[in-house]
Amino acid sequence: MRTGDMDANPIAISLKDVNKSFDRGRSFAVRGVSLDIAVGEFVAVVGTSGSGKTTLLKTINRLIEPTTGTITIENQDVQALDPFQLRRRIGYVFQGIGLFPHLTVAENIAVTPRLIGWAKSEIDARIDELLELVQLPRETRGRMPSTLSGGQRQRVGVARALAARPHIVLMDEPFGALDPITRDSLAREYRAVHRELGLTTVMITHDMLEAVLLADRIAVMTKGEIVEIGTPHDLLNDPKNDYVRELIDVPRRQASEVERLAEGRP
Amino acid sequence: MDAQIASAWAVLPDYLGQHVLLSVTALAIGLFVGLSLAIIGVWSPRLRWFLLTATGLIQTIPGLALLALFYPLLLALSALTEHLFGVTFSALGFLPSLLALALYSILPILRNTVTGILGVDDAVREAARGVGMTPAQRLFKVELPLAMPVIMAGIRTAAVWVIGTATLSTPIGQTSLGNYIFTGLQTQNWVFVVFGCVAAVVLALVVDQCLALIERGFARRSTVLKLLGAIGLGAVLVASLLAGPARGGSHYVIGGKAFVEQYILAALIDQRLDDAGMTATHRVGLGSTVIFDALAANEIDAYVDYSGTIWANFMHRRETASHKTVLKEVGAWLKRTRGITMLGPLGFDNAYALVMRRDQAERLNIRSIADLAPYAGRLSIAGDYEFFARPEWKALKNAYGLNFRETREMQSTFMYRAVADGAIDVISGYTSDGQIAQYDLVVLDDPKQSLPPYDAILLLSPRRAEDTKFRRALEPLIGRISTERMRQANLSVSRVADQRTPEQAAEELWRDIAAK
Repeated sequence: MRTGDMDANPIAISLKDVNKSFDRGRSFAVRGVSLDIAVGEFVAVVGTSGSGKTTLLKTINRLIEPTTGTITIENQDVQALDPFQLRRRIGYVFQGIGLFPHLTVAENIAVTPRLIGWAKSEIDARIDELLELVQLPRETRGRMPSTLSGGQRQRVGVARALAARPHIVLMDEPFGALDPITRDSLAREYRAVHRELGLTTVMITHDMLEAVLLADRIAVMTKGEIVEIGTPHDLLNDPKNDYVRELIDVPRRQASEVERLAEGRP
Repeated sequence: MDAQIASAWAVLPDYLGQHVLLSVTALAIGLFVGLSLAIIGVWSPRLRWFLLTATGLIQTIPGLALLALFYPLLLALSALTEHLFGVTFSALGFLPSLLALALYSILPILRNTVTGILGVDDAVREAARGVGMTPAQRLFKVELPLAMPVIMAGIRTAAVWVIGTATLSTPIGQTSLGNYIFTGLQTQNWVFVVFGCVAAVVLALVVDQCLALIERGFARRSTVLKLLGAIGLGAVLVASLLAGPARGGSHYVIGGKAFVEQYILAALIDQRLDDAGMTATHRVGLGSTVIFDALAANEIDAYVDYSGTIWANFMHRRETASHKTVLKEVGAWLKRTRGITMLGPLGFDNAYALVMRRDQAERLNIRSIADLAPYAGRLSIAGDYEFFARPEWKALKNAYGLNFRETREMQSTFMYRAVADGAIDVISGYTSDGQIAQYDLVVLDDPKQSLPPYDAILLLSPRRAEDTKFRRALEPLIGRISTERMRQANLSVSRVADQRTPEQAAEELWRDIAAK
């Protein structure tokens, strides 16, 4: 399943035959998923709602415990780790933002470093550094989330996820609620941060175009299973699965339509 | 009126101080227990149902009843701990009031905390898990702060309830702003009643507004508002406690039951002690059983009871006897079984007696209870809150075969007026009550002598038995008050025109005694 050029890098996240059932085996939200993600890789998991993609993501930091299967993070079995410690070392960007409404921007960003027990001065410096990284002015430090725009809030969400210097970042439809322009710029900025910091990122999205533009590899899920995985290039040119072909055709068709309109062709 | 207002102001520091101390302590306990239970309730839905139902049930118990329940409960508990560990505690006053009020304050705090925490957005809760918070960190850093406005609203409700209900702690011996209301009601001192109500309302409003400031402080994240509210609360607390009475020195507690004569006698005893350079406080408005147990348990030091009450209610004697015999046997029994000293009779007697309107008695040709019996089926009778539960009533009913159409319990002060107005046909009055003469009522004879004599007797607690200074201060009262003089004093407090406070009536009474 893995492409050749990633073989050189060590594995950051490894899923082996992961299954999750919420009703004692009558049905499975995640079924037989195996996936290795290399250090520095950006993987997008694409699927419709109910495909099990969010459940799969949450098994990685044990927000959901898999029914069977093994998950390792940087060669450590997550079952052997304290779940709270595990979550503190993995960045998580929540669907619908998930900032704490009673805390300021600075306090939101500082949450995980404080849980870990960083020194106050260290946290302070880190907040400034992160605000710069996500391109927010320093004045936002003391503001409440409710006074920020949607885009600004998600920038804070990204800053919070990166605060404790994680190697791995999990993102659950991070840009879904934003307007197209904000969404596009935020996505590209994050991609730059990902590269710059050498992060390993797993992003859930239902938007194939977003996945194609951002990810190194795309995994497509339906009914709890990964039906196909490959680079955007692979999926665009030679999709093996009919559903995947259908999914990938949409952005492609839209792109050519836009081009045709721009050139004034009939 | 001016004298009434002046005497109301004079006791305000004491009443307010004790009221605030009681309310604050009860709220603190309620807060601790309510919050703890709420956290358990959030954690387990089944326990939540149980806790909310149980505290809701407590809430339906009337405040007065809940307070009253704790007195015998603690008395039994105190007896048990004495038996097991040799330790006793006071079952009167502060402790039962505190427990009842704390129990009362749990529900709003519990319910609002549970509602507030469950109302926290699931996405936020998930985020708290996702950043690596433990359940405890999630509770203290996210759920409780977000639920704080709702929790504060619950605390405000509880505070207002507790401050209001604390006025009902007077009958179980706890001084509070309720003393104004109970005393005022008994002595027909409406200035006192209004004063007590206004004081309790003002206290509740001030505390509520301070809590509202803190609530707003949480909602707006304003430390200034929170601080202002806290300073306001602190100021109320410190001011009321500093204004409270200075404690220490030889300190005596004078008891009194819940009718006019007892208020006057408590004031009289207090004034005697005061003249002898001893400090004393009152606990007036107590029930007959409560006050007797309290004296035996050294929780009060002196009060005036009536020989027949002890004879019938505590010695369970069914027959009657002469004044002299009853006095002698009561005195010996008190000493032997409870260690209580009977300092002596005051000189008057205050018997239970059936009382009617003169014109109706003459029309029906009724002079004695025996004459009344055949008409009883057509007549109604009223008595104080105790009378129909007392053995004397049972004895009276059996002796004459009394069977009234209707029996009603009412405030003793209002009975005489009610019978004079024709609202009631017969009342169980007190022979020393001045209102009998005021309304021109007749006292019916008791030819079968089914009621014992009721000589007023001054009783001292076991621990004061050898206190010669105390005894010497009170001895001048023994045998010096005639029934006629007591009736006059009672009337001077309960009449509307030229009304006296119990303290004034006591001073006048002493002047007459000293002059003789």
